[in-house]
Order: sequence, then structure tokens, then C-alpha cells
Amino acid sequence: MAQSTTLDKTTCYHCGDDCVAGCYSSAEKDFCCSGCKGVYEVLSRNSLCSYYNYNDHPGTSRQTINKRFDYLSEPTIVSELIDYTDSEKTIVTFYIPQIHCSSCLWLLEKLNQINPAIHYCRVDFLKKQLNIRFDHQQLSLQGLVELLDRIGYEPLISLQDIIKKQNAEPKDNLVLKIAVAGFCFGNVMLLSFPEYFGMGATEQSFRHFFGWLNILFSLPVVFYSGNGYFISAWQNLRNRVLHIDFPLALGIAVLFIRTVAEIITRSGAGFADTLCGLVFFLLVGKLVQQKTYHHLSFERDYRSFFPVAVTIIDGQSERIVPLSALNTGHRMVIRHQEIIPADAILLKGEALIDFSFVTGEAIPVNKTLGEIIYAGGRQMGQAIELEVVKPVSQSYLTQLWNNEAFTGKQDNRLQTFSERVSKYFIVILLVIAFAALLYWLPADPKRGLAAFTAVLIIACPCALALSTPFTMAAALSIFDRNGFYLKNTAVVEQMADIDTIVLDKTGTITDGDKNNLTLNAVLTREQEQLVYSTCMNSGHPLSRLICSYLGSQDRLELTHYIETPGGGISAGIGQYHMRIGSGKFVIGSREDPAHTTQVHLMVDEKYLGYFSFLQHYREGLEQIAGLKTEYRLHLLSGDGDYEKNALLSYFQDATQMHFNRSPQQKLDFVRALQLKGNKVMMMGDGLNDSGALKQSDLGIAVTDNVNNFSPACDAILDGSSFAKLPAFLRFSKDTVRIIHCSFMISLVYNLLGLSYAVTGKLSPLMAAVLMPVSTVTIILFTSLATRLAAKRRKLL
Amino acid sequence: MNILYLLIGCSIVLALAFLTAFIWAQKSGQHDDLHTPAIRMLLDEELEEEEER
Repeated sequence: MAQSTTLDKTTCYHCGDDCVAGCYSSAEKDFCCSGCKGVYEVLSRNSLCSYYNYNDHPGTSRQTINKRFDYLSEPTIVSELIDYTDSEKTIVTFYIPQIHCSSCLWLLEKLNQINPAIHYCRVDFLKKQLNIRFDHQQLSLQGLVELLDRIGYEPLISLQDIIKKQNAEPKDNLVLKIAVAGFCFGNVMLLSFPEYFGMGATEQSFRHFFGWLNILFSLPVVFYSGNGYFISAWQNLRNRVLHIDFPLALGIAVLFIRTVAEIITRSGAGFADTLCGLVFFLLVGKLVQQKTYHHLSFERDYRSFFPVAVTIIDGQSERIVPLSALNTGHRMVIRHQEIIPADAILLKGEALIDFSFVTGEAIPVNKTLGEIIYAGGRQMGQAIELEVVKPVSQSYLTQLWNNEAFTGKQDNRLQTFSERVSKYFIVILLVIAFAALLYWLPADPKRGLAAFTAVLIIACPCALALSTPFTMAAALSIFDRNGFYLKNTAVVEQMADIDTIVLDKTGTITDGDKNNLTLNAVLTREQEQLVYSTCMNSGHPLSRLICSYLGSQDRLELTHYIETPGGGISAGIGQYHMRIGSGKFVIGSREDPAHTTQVHLMVDEKYLGYFSFLQHYREGLEQIAGLKTEYRLHLLSGDGDYEKNALLSYFQDATQMHFNRSPQQKLDFVRALQLKGNKVMMMGDGLNDSGALKQSDLGIAVTDNVNNFSPACDAILDGSSFAKLPAFLRFSKDTVRIIHCSFMISLVYNLLGLSYAVTGKLSPLMAAVLMPVSTVTIILFTSLATRLAAKRRKLL
Repeated sequence: MNILYLLIGCSIVLALAFLTAFIWAQKSGQHDDLHTPAIRMLLDEELEEEEER
């Protein structure tokens, strides 16, 4: 009895998972599975074992079964994946989610040692991409991918190629603009210093020389670096909206014109230094705001989740077709762990489908012959054959993407605070400027013009325009550090406005489904088969979980089968007698009072061990439930309501919990809440939540591995940071408050400057000092205040 | 004092040279991936030599 206790526990040399010594070993090193051992053997054969010297256990667990890459022999698919090809070489870029440490980098850049047909490999660590140049006459793309898979770095190949899209995006030359602006700013400052300190009468020729140089340096700043502001201001005018870019463009234009005019007429030194500084700081603010997570994508849909190609049976032979060529009437073969890409009728085989990603139903479902199986399910078990009844884009699940939430342009997002304020700001600014002009005009037209331009220069909302980007950038990096990745800075403000939280159940508040079930026994291949065959006959949720855990097995014929409700199964297979069930049923002892439910296994009176099953809610669900005083909480699940009682303690009452919701119903539910005037935050993880995530004011995808698939959303939350959500919500409110404060500070600066400007006696030195001082104050204030707020919320 | 014209001219030419160098570096993609080279330079062939010894 309890054979497992006598075995030594150790850790896998490759991936570091716990494993049993002696089960899989090679060169006196223990491995948890044949996958990890295989990787080690490939590496040691090619003398690449330094891989293990850079980091302890650099590999990732390889327990998933071997995948098939036959589809990569299809020329149509290959041509879509590669970047470039000619008669000799092919260049391809893969996205490899497993890249995580220096060992990965080292190994992937040494592929040449494994196969000399690979000429060149370069890893982009942050993007988790591998660029490979290889000789396609000696090595096919399929061979290359299989090689990568063999060493534990399976590339993620999907229909929605994120890499291509990223690379196709026009390169923003913001950095170049900043470089030019910075270069001019520095030189102009240098040339303006003599003016600040005063120059003697003998040095007048220098004054003009410096003046003309300043104009020369301002030209690229205005027409190259600053052109974005003019374009944006012009679009604002045409669309009849007032954006903060409008007064900025006005300020830049006025600064430039007045500088040129003053230098040409030799009436003054101009404001070239202020102008260059302004553009430089503004562009830096823009750069700070542009935080991108290269390894994350917020735009994924079902195409990222579905396979690239599928095997179909054509007469007697099997062939592979790209998903786009899959039509109704095709007969397709789906193997263990593969995803069914289109609605289809089951023709042959034992279907045990895991719909957890599509419907939220946690437990795999048995399907009988002739039943329609919806697309998106994952087959667990032996290969099945199905006939396609609907094309990929028209199936039950993918139809969701034809909804207006996806097709229509969405305009239910909030206006940001700065957008709302800048409207008033511009109106007031213009009123003051014209008032100053009209006041001086009758008496002294020259002074009137000076006052008018001075107001536009001094009130140019540089600090105002910078307060939001700098605060948001600081906030984003705080979130980022805590495993919460926002799509852009506007999301922070949306988050502060939320009053209703809708939670999905499976995968969102429960932990990943595989973790629920642990096997505390060592089973031989034959014993696994016996257990699988017995459990396949039972409709009990636990039996189905065990079946999906054991995966693809040949089903053996049963001689007899008795299922005792609440107890277990007693069955006979060949000469074996199986008993599977509760401790009381199998061994007659009471189960230990831990939280787990256990399923014990016994073959021919020999006790093998047990499966323990734990309905596991994510850590921190209590904290989230604690939010119910401030927010309305809803649970929205595609699952049956069999966990209702367990969850009741977390929610106000049963009416807050909604079960058996289809993807479309989820979307409609969120919309109904919004129509009632609520600002809804949706948290989900699967494709079935996609509609609701898109419709909501703030869609958060919860995932245990941020590199895995997550549906299109506004933010991605690492499952381990789930408990911090209340802190995130409070911190977002703090952030908005900080923005308000920094607006006030910059307004004070503006008023100070304005009181000088309206008199028409603005000196270049004054402008040159005021602008950087206000900017630096804002940057200091926002970054310090944000850090302080983060400390208070215990996020730092 | 007329030497200032030459000096300022020189300084601007020098600064322009640096700006051009930066623009060239940016355009040729040297700043595209700032993270990987930092790791790559820590990986060397020494580990293999140690094994051989």
C-alpha cells in the first residue's frame, strides 16, 4: 500500500518540477517526464549542455503531448509564415512564449550546432521573438519547427500573426524628432546666454549673428519635430473639437513668428530658446506615454486560439488544409488536445470535449455520435472524426465577432480629463489674449500685439500637456511591476470611473483547471489505461476530470460495471477488478478532513494511490468580495450553477450570480448594465468572455501566463496579482487625483505668467525661465506623488 | 573676438556630426532591441572550456 511514499522525491534537471527519482533518468540526472529527458538528450548529443550552467532548471515543463506540425508542409501556409525566401535561404520570425532566461537566449542562438542548415539566429528577448535564416534545401520549415519543439521551444503559430502586424506598423520617428529638437535646444540655449547676461555695444554684430543662427536652429524644430502638433491642430479644427494640441500648435506658431519678426526687425532677441525647449519637452512627454509591451497583445481574437490548419479525410487519404479552405461537408480528424475549428457533427470516435475556454464549463463533456459539437472545444482523448456543418467564420462562437461591439466603431469610452478641461482652457485663453489686444490697441498698437502674442506664448499649456503623460507613465510602470498590464494610459482613467464589476467564473476566479486535480500515485501505462477505461463509463464530473487528466488512451472493454452513487465505481476489465471512488468506498477508511475531495484507486485489491480534487478559488477572492461595499459585484458564468452555494458567501445575494450564460448573453448582460448608466468592468479569461470584455468600459483578461492566449481586452492581469485588484482600483483613483493636482499647479504657473504677459512686457529671459521651471515642477510632482500613492496602496 | 565665428562654426559642425551619427544609428535599427545585447554579452564560450578541462 501507498507505494508512492517509498519513492524519492527530487526535482527535474530540465524544468525544476517535482518528480520521482529513477522514473526517467539519463546520465545520472532525473527528469519529470520523457519530454524533459528528450530535450536533455538532444542537447547533450550536440554538446550544448552549457544551457544548464547559466541557470538552474532553465527549461519549461514538457508534459504536454507531442504536437503535429504536418501542416507546415503545405506551401500556402508556409508562404504566409515566412518573411523572405529566395533560391537558397528562407528567413522566418517566430514568436516563442517560452523564452524567459539567458539560457534560452544562449541555446536559441546556437541552433547551428544542432543543425548546420541554420545559418543565423537572433533572439529579441523582450518581444520573445526568434529570427532565423536557414537553408530551405536542407531543412524544411516543418523540420525547423520540429527541431525547436524538440528542444522545448515550440513556436506559437496562429492565424492571427501578431509579429507580422507589429513589424508592419509604420515606425514612429518620435525618437528622431526628439533628437533633432534636443540638438537644436542645446545649441539655441548656448547662443542665447550672451543675451541673458547683456552684451556691450561693440558686440552688436554677434547679436545678429546669434539671432540668425537661432532662427536657423528653430526651423527644423518647428517644421520637423513640431509638425505633428500642427497636423493634429488642423484635424481638430476640421472635426470641430478642441484638443490640447490646438493651443500648443498656436503657441509654437506664435513663438516662431514673433522670434523671426523680432530678429529681422532687430527689435529684440526673440524666443527661440523657449520654442525649442517647449517642443523638446512636449515630445519627451509623448515618448513617456508611449509605453508598449512587446510581448503582449491586446488585440487577439479566436484566430489566435484556433489551429492554422486541420487534417481532413479525402476519400481514403488524409490531407491537411489551411483553415480558410475548410468547408462544410469536409470530414476532419481531431486528435488529443486539438481544437475543433468549426461547428461539426461527430461521426466516429469517443468525444470528450473540454469547452472551458468557450463556454466556461470547467468539466469536459461527453458527446455521442451524431451530435453537433461547437467550434472551440478541445478534444481530450483518442482521435475523432467530424463533419463540418458550418464554415469557421459562421460558427456558434465566432459569430460573436460579427456583433456590433466588434464591427462598429466604439465610442462609449470616456473622454479623458485633459480633453474635457482643454476645451475650456482654450476658450479662456483666447478671450484673455484678445482682451489684452483690444485693451492696448487704441493707445499703443505695437504693445497690443506684443501683449497678444505674449499671452499665447506664456499660456501655451506645456505643463498642462505634460501632467497627464508623466502621471500615467508613472502609474503604468507601477501596475506593470505588479503584474497588471494596461493597453494604454487612458485605461487608468477608465478604471477610476468604474462602479460595477462583473466577474467570469471558470479561469477567472477559479485557478487553472489542471491544477484542480493532482495524482498522488505512480501509475504504469497499463494502469492508466485501466483507470481511463473505467472512468469513461461514468458521467460523474470527477470521472470526466480524471479522463481528461489521463488524456488519450485506448479504451478497454469492460466485463462488468457498477456505479454506486456517492461512493464509486466497481468494474471488471479482463482479469482485473477495479475499484475507484471515495476512501470509504475503496479502502473503507474515512477521508482526511482536508479541503480536498479524493478519488482512490484500487486494482485487484492493490491500493495504487488517489487523485485529489480541489475546487480552488484564486487567492484574493475574499479581498475582491470585500469591494462589494463600494462596487456592485456580479458573477457571470457559462457554467452550471453547481458551485452556487460555495460562492454565495462572496456575493451579496444569489441574484448577483448568473449561470449558464452563452457568450452572446454575456455581452448583452454587460450592455444592459451600461444602459442603466453603470460603468462596467468585466473580468474574464476565455473566448466566451470576448464579447463582454469588448462591450464593457474596461475589459480585463485574467491569465496565469501573460504570454499565453488571452482575448482582446484593455488590460491583462497576471493571475498571481488577482488579490491586488482592490489596490489597483484605489490606486487608479489616486492617479486621477494627482492629475487634477498637477493641473492646478500648472494653472498657477500660467496665471503668474499671464499677469506679466497682459502688460505686453514679457522678456525672453522670463519666458525661458518660466517654461522649464513649470515643466520640471510638474514632472517632479507627478512622479513623487505617484510613488507615494503606490506606497500607500502597498504596490511598491 | 572674430575668432568666435570660427569657433562657433566648428562647434556646430561637430554637434551636427554627432546628430548625424545618432540618426544613422537609429535608422539602421541599433536601438530596436536594447535588452537582448545586454544579456548576450554575458554569455561567453568560457563555460564550455571549463567543461573540457
